[in-house]
Amino acid sequence: MGNLLEHMGIERDRIHFSWISSAEATKFVDVVKEISNKVRALGPNKKLVKDYN
Amino acid sequence: MDTCIQKIREIAFQLLDKKEVEKVIGFSNGTIPMATSPITIASKQDTEKLVFNSTCGLNLANYIRQQKGKIAVIAKGCDSRNIVTHIIENQVKRDQVYIIGVPCNGMINKSKIKSLFEDEIQKFEEDGDSLIIESSSKKEKLKKNDYLRENCRLCQHRNPVIYDVLAGDLVKEQIIDVPYPDVEKIAALEADARWIHFQDLTKNCIRCYACRNACPLCYCPTCFVDESGPQWVGKGQDKTDINTFHFLRAFHCAGRCTDCGACAEACPMDINVRDFTRKLNKDTFDMFGWEAGLDLTKRPPLDAYSPDDPNDFIK
Ligand code: SF4
Ligand code: SF4
Ligand code: SF4
Repeated sequence: MGNLLEHMGIERDRIHFSWISSAEATKFVDVVKEISNKVRALGPNKKLVKDYN
Repeated sequence: MDTCIQKIREIAFQLLDKKEVEKVIGFSNGTIPMATSPITIASKQDTEKLVFNSTCGLNLANYIRQQKGKIAVIAKGCDSRNIVTHIIENQVKRDQVYIIGVPCNGMINKSKIKSLFEDEIQKFEEDGDSLIIESSSKKEKLKKNDYLRENCRLCQHRNPVIYDVLAGDLVKEQIIDVPYPDVEKIAALEADARWIHFQDLTKNCIRCYACRNACPLCYCPTCFVDESGPQWVGKGQDKTDINTFHFLRAFHCAGRCTDCGACAEACPMDINVRDFTRKLNKDTFDMFGWEAGLDLTKRPPLDAYSPDDPNDFIK
């Protein structure tokens, strides 16, 4: 799924998959930090966004 | 091809005469030149209507589901692979279909031929490897191999993989060194250029769903695009909705698509929707060594777990 989105031109760093147990609080924090850092670096997404105006 | 038509008609006649099957699903001449359409035949007198030529680009595996009694179906290489997929997915039982296999030399790209003419094509004939096409202003004799559909040029399974009887001699399979040149070409572009490629590709899509309806894999009783509670995707011409439809349709075919080309053949706007599915075909081949519909005993990769599955995408 990530591969096809990337092929369509969506940046790879916007797509993340993870498996986190409810007991893994630190893993959750680490993953969320990593995702937000990577997505912040890319800036706002303009692709596959629906414009309702 | 002519001997092949005679053979198909004979086999169909015998099957219906001996009441071995209730119906035969095949191709008949379309209402315009250079077109054929699927037909279901239940009486032996009608077997004369059956034809087979290089315009039979639709996939007849699409019509064998939910049939009562035993049916016979004409199958090219790709159709036979979709029949295998149907059997694996419990859409039809092996003993319920009698498969009339047709070794295939490829189907033609009708849009490419139409683009040679300014006016309407009035006559289409096939003579071995040549195509003779006439409009009111000119007549062209073309080499069939120059006008094959892209999926047929790259096809490595022209002989049916499963059949009860063959209507022609087996053909030599093509060995293709670079089976996915189109996917590689897109992959070589920058992310933004890839995005623009797919925007341009789908910009004329009218959401008619002919691509979905022509595909044997799309048999959900209610397709996700038609659901209203919840509504997964908007129904209009919004470009994000169009993209979402194409992305998800392709993903639902991941590991199942045989690249039969029926989807692209059916599209009235000439959109090569295979640009989406081909990427997934390449991925399943690279990651799992998988090509759909070759083996009755194996489940498609997205449907089965193996400890060796590549999993570097997940944290
Ligand atoms: S994809 Fe292969 S089997 Fe199917 S029509 Fe084309 S050449 Fe024939
Ligand atoms: S997605 Fe297109 S090429 Fe693939 S099986 Fe369906 S109709 Fe054939
Ligand atoms: S057949 Fe063509 S126009 Fe119709 S929904 Fe599919 S891609 Fe769009």
